[in-house]
Amino acid sequence: MPVLARWIERAGISTVVVTMMPSVAEERRAPRVVGVEFPFGHAFGRPGDRPMQRQVLQLALRVLAGASRFGTRVDLDVEWPVPLREAYRAWQPKEASPIVKVILETGRRPV
Amino acid sequence: MNVDSYRFLPRSFRPYYEGRGPFPGEEEPVWAPFPKRLSEARIGLLTSAGLYVKGSQPGFDVERERANPEWGDPGWRLIPAGVEPADIAVAHLHISDEDLLADPEIALPARLLDQLVEERVVGGATAEHMSVMGYQERSLAGWRDKTAGELAARLVEQRTDGLILAPA
Repeated sequence: MPVLARWIERAGISTVVVTMMPSVAEERRAPRVVGVEFPFGHAFGRPGDRPMQRQVLQLALRVLAGASRFGTRVDLDVEWPVPLREAYRAWQPKEASPIVKVILETGRRPV
Repeated sequence: MNVDSYRFLPRSFRPYYEGRGPFPGEEEPVWAPFPKRLSEARIGLLTSAGLYVKGSQPGFDVERERANPEWGDPGWRLIPAGVEPADIAVAHLHISDEDLLADPEIALPARLLDQLVEERVVGGATAEHMSVMGYQERSLAGWRDKTAGELAARLVEQRTDGLILAPA
């Protein structure tokens, strides 16, 4: 998605990527990045938690509108309020994704 | 405070992401200055959580992905800003859909953005937001050759000043 942001930015539209993997977004050269230490699928926070969602969205808007140079990254200092083991299990699908099944079955390494 | 980018990722998958550098041909900075005050700007949202509108749109093609695990549907859907949360469905094999279905705002905060428009923090929201399915083949060919251009054209047509992208 950081690359998609670049392609859209190239068309003249300012972008910000809100991501749980901000160091990866930086490596992929996203123009503006907001980092959140949240489980996958939860970029804006917990379901039903409007104050948390608002914090993320407002930070994204501030970085989108206020960053002065390429590569700006700001991380949100909010801890996920669920024990790690529980949160780690909760974001994953009930059934492993097709590519994960292949990796687990073959022990294949990244290319 | 810096976010730990790998806190929720299974340890064995870290090498798939860490230290891989820029996407080929995407090393140089790209920059579109934000053109106006936020209170005068029109903002759009793009999620990669595989959201779509039940009943009026097909889901992303997860059956083809099951048959060919290296492939992910590169298509996109327009999500009307005022869609009822109950009308949103999820087609994404890599994340649990439970919390997304309970509250799609965690991936696409359209109602919250509308609220900020009402409060005049933001000038406006696009009438439709965007959704893709984030698991893509490594070359990103489908996104590069088709989707990115279509999304950008639509954003220009909607006179979008800024886009918030949220990977799932």
